Amino acid sequence: MTQLPTHTDRKMGLVIDLDTCVGCHACVISCKGWNTENYGAPLSDQNAYGSDPSGTFLNRVHSYEVQPSPCSSQPDPAAQLVHFPKSCLHCEDAPCVTVCPTGASYKRVEDGIVLVNEDHCIGCGLCAWSCPYGARELDQAAGVMKKCTLCVDRIYNENLPEVDRVPSCVRTCPAGARHFGDLGDPDSDVSKLVAERGGMDLMPELGTKPVNKYLPPRPKDQIDDQIDVLAPLLTPVAEEPKGFLGWLDKALDKLPGHSEGGSN
Amino acid sequence: MHPAPSVIIFTTLSGLGFGLLTFLGLGKPAVTGWVAFVFYALAFGFAVGGLLASTFHLGRPERAWRAFTQWKTSWLSREGICAVAALLIMGLFAFGAVFLDTHWWILGWIGAALSLATVFTTSMIYTQLKTIPRWNMPLTPVMFLTFSLTGGALLAGAEALAPWFLAIAGAVQLAYWAKGDQAFAASGTDIGTATGLGDRGSVRAFEPPHTGSNYLLREFVHEVGRKHVMKLRAIAITLGFALPLICLILPVEGFMAKHLLAGLAVLLHIAGVAASRWLFFAQAEHVVGLYYGKR
Amino acid sequence: MTFQQPEVNTSPPVSEEIRQTTCYMCACRCGINVHMKTDEAGKKRVAYIEGNRDHPVNKGVLCAKGSAGIMQHNAPSRLRAPMKRVGPRGSGKFEEISWDEALDIAAGWLEPIRKDNPEKLAFFTGRDQSQSFTSFWAQNFGTCNYAAHGGFCSVNMATAGIYTMGGAFWEFGQPDWDHTKLFMLFGVAEDHDSNPIKMGIGKIKARGARVIGVNPIRSGYNAVADDWVGITPGTDGLFILALVHVLMKAGKIDLEYLAQFTNAPVLVNQDPDSPDYGLFLRDDHGAPLVINRATGKLAPFDMKGVRPDLGGAFQMGDITHVSVFQLMAQRYLSDEYAPEAVAERCGVPAKRIRAIAAELARVAFDEAFEIEREWTDFRGETHKTMKGRPVAMHSMRGVSAHANGFQTCRALHVLQILLGTVEAPGGFHFKPPYPKPVSAHPAPHCRVTPNKPLDGPHLGFVHGPEHLALKTDGSPARIDKAFTWENPMSSHGLMHMVISNAHAGDPYKIDTLFMYMANMSWNSSMNTRGVMEMLTDTDDNGDYVIPRIIYSDAYSSEMVAYADLILPDTTYLERHDCISLLDRPICEADGAADAIRWPVVEPDRDVRGFQTVLVQLANKMKLPGFTHEDGSAKWQDYADYIVNHERKPGIGPLAGFRGEDGSKVGRGEVNPKQLDQYIENGGFFVEHIPEEAQYFKPWNMAYQDWAVNLGLYDSPQPYLFQLYVEPLRKFQLAAEGHGERQPPEHLRERIKETMDPLPIWYETDQHGNEGYTVNALTQRPMAMYHSWGTQNAWLRQIHGRNPLYVPTKLMRENGLSDGDWARVTSPHGEITVPVMEMAALNDNTVWTWNAIGKRKGAWALEEDAPEATKGFLLNHLIHELLPPKGDGLRWANSDPITGQAAWFDLKVKIEKAAAPDDLAESQPAMPAQTSPVGTGPKDMAWKVGK
Repeated sequence: MTQLPTHTDRKMGLVIDLDTCVGCHACVISCKGWNTENYGAPLSDQNAYGSDPSGTFLNRVHSYEVQPSPCSSQPDPAAQLVHFPKSCLHCEDAPCVTVCPTGASYKRVEDGIVLVNEDHCIGCGLCAWSCPYGARELDQAAGVMKKCTLCVDRIYNENLPEVDRVPSCVRTCPAGARHFGDLGDPDSDVSKLVAERGGMDLMPELGTKPVNKYLPPRPKDQIDDQIDVLAPLLTPVAEEPKGFLGWLDKALDKLPGHSEGGSN
Repeated sequence: MHPAPSVIIFTTLSGLGFGLLTFLGLGKPAVTGWVAFVFYALAFGFAVGGLLASTFHLGRPERAWRAFTQWKTSWLSREGICAVAALLIMGLFAFGAVFLDTHWWILGWIGAALSLATVFTTSMIYTQLKTIPRWNMPLTPVMFLTFSLTGGALLAGAEALAPWFLAIAGAVQLAYWAKGDQAFAASGTDIGTATGLGDRGSVRAFEPPHTGSNYLLREFVHEVGRKHVMKLRAIAITLGFALPLICLILPVEGFMAKHLLAGLAVLLHIAGVAASRWLFFAQAEHVVGLYYGKR
Repeated sequence: MTFQQPEVNTSPPVSEEIRQTTCYMCACRCGINVHMKTDEAGKKRVAYIEGNRDHPVNKGVLCAKGSAGIMQHNAPSRLRAPMKRVGPRGSGKFEEISWDEALDIAAGWLEPIRKDNPEKLAFFTGRDQSQSFTSFWAQNFGTCNYAAHGGFCSVNMATAGIYTMGGAFWEFGQPDWDHTKLFMLFGVAEDHDSNPIKMGIGKIKARGARVIGVNPIRSGYNAVADDWVGITPGTDGLFILALVHVLMKAGKIDLEYLAQFTNAPVLVNQDPDSPDYGLFLRDDHGAPLVINRATGKLAPFDMKGVRPDLGGAFQMGDITHVSVFQLMAQRYLSDEYAPEAVAERCGVPAKRIRAIAAELARVAFDEAFEIEREWTDFRGETHKTMKGRPVAMHSMRGVSAHANGFQTCRALHVLQILLGTVEAPGGFHFKPPYPKPVSAHPAPHCRVTPNKPLDGPHLGFVHGPEHLALKTDGSPARIDKAFTWENPMSSHGLMHMVISNAHAGDPYKIDTLFMYMANMSWNSSMNTRGVMEMLTDTDDNGDYVIPRIIYSDAYSSEMVAYADLILPDTTYLERHDCISLLDRPICEADGAADAIRWPVVEPDRDVRGFQTVLVQLANKMKLPGFTHEDGSAKWQDYADYIVNHERKPGIGPLAGFRGEDGSKVGRGEVNPKQLDQYIENGGFFVEHIPEEAQYFKPWNMAYQDWAVNLGLYDSPQPYLFQLYVEPLRKFQLAAEGHGERQPPEHLRERIKETMDPLPIWYETDQHGNEGYTVNALTQRPMAMYHSWGTQNAWLRQIHGRNPLYVPTKLMRENGLSDGDWARVTSPHGEITVPVMEMAALNDNTVWTWNAIGKRKGAWALEEDAPEATKGFLLNHLIHELLPPKGDGLRWANSDPITGQAAWFDLKVKIEKAAAPDDLAESQPAMPAQTSPVGTGPKDMAWKVGK
């Protein structure tokens, strides 16, 4: 059914910390492994060992360079590098759902997860056309649309220990840059994280209302500005080596158990 | 966007076919018998052929029937329904004209309306996409409709109307290009909003996620050189509209010459529209390209 | 209409069984859960791999490589059976043979060598994780020519750490992630210890701690660093010594720590005419002496109640002695090390150096904290609390892969120690079996006797010229010239010199080169093309100059083609292994750990684990350590060895589940069920350090006792951190003419200059670099490990080719834009490669990903694979020798102290090359090898369960 539900009970999604992601691609391959073996058709690869290898991935890590503008305190600011994982954002107003002619694409009422019913998908690709985020890829072997399922076959899976009922990308992320939870509940850990760190939407102007949020990188390269405050810490104890030994002698006297005696 | 032959053929031919059906449904010309048979065969051939071509890009064409179910939300579903309805109604109308020498005008008018609706719904599949600013404009359905009617007029031999349609459609085409060239910038979407990093400085795509290719890049990122675009635009406007117009208004005498010129006008027009459609897809920048540092 | 949606099975079965073993997709050695499913043919197969939550290394997380293990395990490049060469070397033409024939051939080559002259076998292993076993084999064979890949990897870092503080980075120690507030990370190439470092960075970032990255390239960890110091390669030592200068000058150093736990107060002979000039003043028992501030008199450093005086001085007869700390003050307070003096060379503004020093001082001293935990030190003094200094440092290969890398790593440790952070809460912590003083390590052994084992372990730590591996005529004993005057402290050997020296017959010729898992004809060698020529070169008789080559690998790597005999290894899921405390351990700072691999699936090819093949070869040759007195074999295979071998009574490769019933830890009798108990426990074993023993371990008696109990030492080994390294001074003394063993004349000055007992910085040898001004570096991406990743259908999509990353400034200067091609030349060679702009990069540095470029025909790839057409190696630009100096000598491109391969000293120039249309492939393009395994399938849709 390609009508969007009027509301969902929960808004399950990911919070991705751009301040912490080191760009290691762990989430990319863990996702590939789990989703090849699980939900729906395997994620296929073409030209796997040849020229121009290409395959279906539901999560990919981009990287961007940001060049801050010069300002008075930083006349020559260094460029920054930001690693940027991207998968389905499980939008509240998901255009990929409403464009689907067959009803294969849908958004779940209970948790807001956007899924593709692969048995109904005709592989027309229109949902991928309508998605601004590149979240959907048409599998070349199966001819159906693949996308992030938020590991719907993990997060409620009673065959997994409770601690493992999270998406595989979250479980595997070495840096802990991926958080999973209910973004519809203002008291959830993920919602608090978004509030504290100024979590943001991608392309908000398109009105898709993504559930997944991105935590922006913290301000960088501020240490030069600190020196004026910290300069007193570096006041020399003496200008000459002799004076330094004099300071040392006094300083050693002040150490516990060093109150008597002196250097030879 | 990848200019897939299937969608270019589909939109070009089905536009012509439904354009001709529109004219036939309105009785211009109100033909019967063998003459009608030829007209309808042409119209149905284009319309159905186009629709069939469109299924070539499906991953699972055997399930195409499912596409009729979601008319409430999906323009693609609506297009399917309109197309089938138009073909059915016009089929009945044609049956009357060809075999019974009768025109059921009510059916003809409904069929004409459905034919135009089909072209409109086709155009709305593209127009609705906010992800492709060049398509996401009111001029897109206007262009599809005027092209369809122009093609229909040419095929229907509507001598009086065709030059006007050619002129109007040519003007719409020029307007579409002018406006389309501004559309991406006007959309407000850029690599800064795509990454959310825009307020920190200028953002540049660095390493792509994979050095290998992928579906998204193949489907959505198609770069056409500016020179190439200008050349194709010239071809499209010349073949599609200018030359056919000249063919029609050339003061020639004689039945044969007139018909030969009219036939030439149709062929030129089809070639021009196909070129225009190639540009329509190839030039359409999808916002997802921003994530790859492309437009 | 109500909303309808399909039913989804949200609880599908995940797998039929989970088998827990140890990853081998890199050197990190994480615990993995291998999910097994039965396929359509009814065979149990690997379906999915995830991290093991209980494992001490990765605690459940897993990197891209680890998760892609399923593609590695099933790679089409896997070798299928033993092979003997039938075409010329390098062609890749082989014939499959049986194991019996393979072992006969190998033994037929090796036995005569052993009888006549065991040194004619050079046995070198690459990224081997069984070095305690492979060295045991080599020792029992009797050759002195054994080492693993440490010499071309990071021996500078390991030796500098061990000589200075009894431990180093990576396997040896880690930041105290739970308490650190300022983390400073040095060096390019962020691959080692990768998951623990990612986890640590994630943890401290979540707390809002500051990360400072010092690295010419702002990738990976440096991308998430709060502050980035885009330093000029090779100048880290200078930058660090400037920090030392500023901190010392401001008195922001931990005097109490220095006085108690380091040799800063130890007295040093200052008489230039004395044969002990620069050596420590010692008592009759050899204990270094300090001035006791409590009495003003001389005292051994470890006397109970001693208050070592950092400013001590002592006159004995005519000879003045002053404390190490005074020597440091004399050196580092000099304006030579002022930020303003070093800024330009380092490419770091003086203001930033001062700001970083100030931040180090602020966090180390103003944010110091105490943990309420009583502990007793080695002098018997009890401390009520543990004082924390929440500054932690860590380093990657980058700082060490220079010819000044040893001293740079030393400088870094001295900086850590001056701040009092090593082993303090919040600082840097050792992982068992470290800390371990250099004196507790063996010295190198090299005495070869026909038909007898070597006289001791090959590798170790020299304490002076007396430990050098020299023959009686003073010539090098080892083929790689390790432990010679050219590089006296080469504790890991010099694998990068083996082929070159063997080819040159310098110091002598060998008969058989036996290598394991080392892609020497490609990415693991400097001068790749030269190495190929050396491996295929023939003498006047038409015989190969290196007569025989045996190689073991699991995959069809580039090196396979250059061997005469191939012993195919298994994949990591098909084998037994032990990740032993005797080897490169996997411990955490708060616990000792080891682990196993076991065949979670049986091989479906005629292959054998290499270590098992070594056991079988040893048994065939009846090598002493492998044979009972009655001539019968001690072990049948590697698993047998792992369980039943004892290094010392009660101590074996695995520390867990010892004793007859498996209840003993560390020390205990052989337990025949040991492997089963490891498997039951998740494939690993961990023993936690008691709380009171977790910090200040080198001096903490609770730790020392715990370590003795576990069998890490036989007796407590407390020691002082060596700010001043006396063994270095002993080599200088020899170079100054003291002692019997004397260096050759051409090395005297270099030894005097470089082997300074206090850290220095010197510019590396620039002879021949005129006109080459741009630094060129390589590093491995986090999703690839060496050449292995390329055969992996998933990973090669991420990194299937490598551009040369060029800083914006050099792009502009050379009129380059992304996708253009550039000609890059060094004094040694030339490559033509595609470029890509990178702004977050040192202005005068270019770099690329290592080992993405592949030779056509290798790794079961098709010949037009991007790795072979667009990918490239920087190795072609690097020579294992320095440019000739006209003296006829072969000067190694290595650190003069340790022999570490100086990969990152490379200087190049860059210019725009022909347009891509004219140049389809990166240059040099090598002709294709024949693949012994064909190529992989076109398309894949991998699913085991149906």
